[in-house]
Amino acid sequence: MKSAVIVFPGSNCDRDLAVAFERSSGVKSQMVWHKDASLPDDIDIVAIPGGFSFGDYLRCGAIAARAPIMQSVVEFANKGGHVLGICNGFQVLIESGLLPGALMRNSGLKFVCKDLELTAETANSPFTNAFSKGKKITVPVAHHDGNYIADSGLLAELNGEDRVAFRYVENPNGSVENIAGILSKNRRVLGLMPHPERLNDPALGGADGAKLFNSLIASMATA
Amino acid sequence: MKILVDITLKNGVLDPQGKAIQHALGALGFEGIDGVRQGKVIELDLAETDRSTAEVTAKKMCEKLLANTVIENYTIRPAS
Repeated sequence: MKSAVIVFPGSNCDRDLAVAFERSSGVKSQMVWHKDASLPDDIDIVAIPGGFSFGDYLRCGAIAARAPIMQSVVEFANKGGHVLGICNGFQVLIESGLLPGALMRNSGLKFVCKDLELTAETANSPFTNAFSKGKKITVPVAHHDGNYIADSGLLAELNGEDRVAFRYVENPNGSVENIAGILSKNRRVLGLMPHPERLNDPALGGADGAKLFNSLIASMATA
Repeated sequence: MKILVDITLKNGVLDPQGKAIQHALGALGFEGIDGVRQGKVIELDLAETDRSTAEVTAKKMCEKLLANTVIENYTIRPAS
C-alpha cells in the first residue's frame, strides 16, 4: 500500500502518520508539501495529518483546504481514491467539501487532550473492516474545534447510509450524536477527530489505532 | 476602497463562545441579556475604486474562503 502524507505549515502529526503507515504496510510514506501541484503516481491513499495548519487562522483547516495540493487531493478522491483526514486533517476535508457538516469550537471551550473510548459503528469501510460493529477502542483526542455539527437532514443521511464510522462513548466536545468520525458517500474518504496514529504500539500504552491501518492493508490486498 | 465583511453564525448554530461571553457579562452584573453571538469582521483594502465592483469581488471572496456558508452568514458593506 503506497501512501502519501500531505504536509502543511503547522502540521505536527505528519511523521506519526507516516510511521503508522510504514509499520502496517512495510512501505515508506511519501511526504508531499502543500505547495506541490500534484500527488506522486500510483498512490493508494492520501492522508491529511493533524496539527494546526496555517495557525488555524480564519477557521481551522480553511486555508489549508485552498492550498495548491488540495485540488489534486479532491480530484483523487472524486476518482475513487482513498483519503484519510485525522483531527486537523478532518477539518481540512470538511473545508474542502469532501465531507459534509462542520466542526466548531468544543462546547466546553477548552482544548481537550486525553485518551478516550470510541465505538466502531460500522465494519463496512476500507478503514474499519478489522473492527466489529460496536467494538470499543481507546484512542487519544487532542483538539479545540471538534464539535461536529450537522442538520437533521444530514444526520438522517449519515445514519441511513451507515456513514458514521466512530462515536465517542463519553462526548468530549459537544458533537451531535457523539459523532467522532464520518465516511464519504463512496466510503473511501474518512475524517475523524481522534488520533489512531498516536496509539499504534503497546510500548506507547496501546495499539488500538493500528487496527485502522491494518484494515486499509486488508482492503487494499483484496481490492 | 475599504470593504468590511461581517461574518456571523447562522441562526440555530450553537455558539459556545457567545454563551461564555453571556455568562461573563451576567457575572459582572449586567442584567437582561437574552443572548450573545460572537462573529468576526474582516477589513479588505482593495485597489478597486468602484463600490459595486468591489462588493462583487468581496462576495466571491466570501463564497470561496472568508465564510463557511454551512454555518455562517456574511454581509458586505463599505468602510466609512
